[in-house]
Amino acid sequence: MTVAEKQRTSRPAPPGARRGRRGTGPPWWFALPALVLFAFVVLVPSGRGVYYALTDWDGLSPDWAFVGLDNFIAMLDDPTALQAIWHTLLIAIAITVIQNGCGLLLALGVNSLIKSRNVLRVFLFAPAVVTPIVTAYLWRNLLGPDGAVNSLLAAVGLGSWQQDWLGDPQLALWSIVAVIVWQFSGYSMVIFLAGLQSVPQEIFEAAAMDGAGPARRFWSVTRPLLAPAFTVNLMLSIIGGIKLFDQVYALTGGGPGHATDTLSTLIYKDAFTLGEFGYSIALAVVLTAIVATVSTGQYVVLARNERAAS
Amino acid sequence: MNRYRWRTFVLELVMVAAAAMIGFPVYVLVNLAVRAPSDTSSPIRPTASPTLANFTDAWRQAGLGGALINSALVTTCSVLIVLAVSALAAYPLARATARWSRWMFLLIMLGLILPFQLAALPLYQTMRDLGLLGTVWALVLFYSGLQVPFTTFLYIGFLRALPREFEDAAAIDGCGPLETFRYVVFPMLKPVTVTALVLNAVTVWNDFFTPLLYLSGGTQQTVPVALAGFVGQYVSEWNLIFAALVISIVPVLVVYFALQRSIINGFAGGLRG
Repeated sequence: MTVAEKQRTSRPAPPGARRGRRGTGPPWWFALPALVLFAFVVLVPSGRGVYYALTDWDGLSPDWAFVGLDNFIAMLDDPTALQAIWHTLLIAIAITVIQNGCGLLLALGVNSLIKSRNVLRVFLFAPAVVTPIVTAYLWRNLLGPDGAVNSLLAAVGLGSWQQDWLGDPQLALWSIVAVIVWQFSGYSMVIFLAGLQSVPQEIFEAAAMDGAGPARRFWSVTRPLLAPAFTVNLMLSIIGGIKLFDQVYALTGGGPGHATDTLSTLIYKDAFTLGEFGYSIALAVVLTAIVATVSTGQYVVLARNERAAS
Repeated sequence: MNRYRWRTFVLELVMVAAAAMIGFPVYVLVNLAVRAPSDTSSPIRPTASPTLANFTDAWRQAGLGGALINSALVTTCSVLIVLAVSALAAYPLARATARWSRWMFLLIMLGLILPFQLAALPLYQTMRDLGLLGTVWALVLFYSGLQVPFTTFLYIGFLRALPREFEDAAAIDGCGPLETFRYVVFPMLKPVTVTALVLNAVTVWNDFFTPLLYLSGGTQQTVPVALAGFVGQYVSEWNLIFAALVISIVPVLVVYFALQRSIINGFAGGLRG
């Protein structure tokens, strides 16, 4: 470097620059109220939950013992618990597949040029904002042995199709799935619609001009561009399905017998009717493990899909 | 495409059929709610002599007036608190690059994954020890904390995309960070505030499990708990129960149909990530 250049580079920096931009960011304590509330309601109790899962706490008495993994081992021998885990997974997967399938079909239909599209969108989404416990009680009656569904089947001559939809151990689980699909297909539909409407029309027209029929257009053009909507919908339905409580409680209470018990209903029952808080929280730990595994697994897989499709 | 008019017509029919499937349960709901309990005709046959007596009976016996007020109170208070603290918290998290903000962000993601069932029982014990069980304030406290991760997440996403010139201009004009937030940043957050408000309000209003734990059997109940208690008590009096169900969904549906564009866009926009 020449002397002149060295002089230029060694000139002192402008005032204030050495300390960095002052007052750059908002202060950290802005996050404090939220953090305190969050810690109090979620973090601390969850941590305590993990601890209590290793004890035989009954929720009331101050003397309880640390039992290590006994609760979890007991779970492996408990057919009710194992069945509940199975039901939870089955319901979650069934809901995800069926509800999103219906939601997608509805979205494709509403997105076409039919006249009634706006009205339909509003009506098809409406059940999703209604309190789940309300729709569940409604359907409990509709699906009863003398309920409207059986009456309707008889009225159109399909009387032989009548069933005890909620009382038959084989059918009860699927009836629950059907109720949830009924309520939330519009929800999936709305998310798919948002994805569909972000696809510019020119792409479809270009594909049509290249000779692609409707099915081919869907598979090669629409489907990849819907990848983000798929991600969101699958995530929401699987996690929602795993955590499900209200509808099972109201429709069957976990019955008949334990035919429809899920982890959530079992957690409630074991804690508040049997007083087995420690065991109940152990079930909650299992639930958390399932949710965490599914969330991260799904995120990884679908993020990869999105990257491949973009 | 603008062709295939007959195909579009078939599609139209199918969509209307789908809408009818939605409408059929609603029809039965209203049909039975206006029917006298002594009338045992088929549920799908229109009620011959409708009556409103079920509604007054259900209103009184399920305590729906009080329940509606409690639900409104819980929803309003918790949503206001959640929006305020989450927006405030999202501001440094979206702007700061220091290490602590990354930890906080991870903590938020953890909050999104943890199901509420894990914390439910220990928190129930805490509420009991604090003497808050059976009061609506337990719920307000609960939702204020529970909804923080999701709402903060929404705000961070939006804030990250906002240009900083306005904040810099405000700082040059002598605004402290709190004033900058209140007068410059927060007004710019209106779209995501609407989304967060809708999603949180619907979630809180419709929640059942935690209110069941905290308020069941008590005097202060929210609508879902009151309904569950009512159904438990009047197990087979479906006309009465249906009347109660109709009353409980009327406020929600009124708000929904009045604001459906904002509500639907709120759901679709907020959840796209």
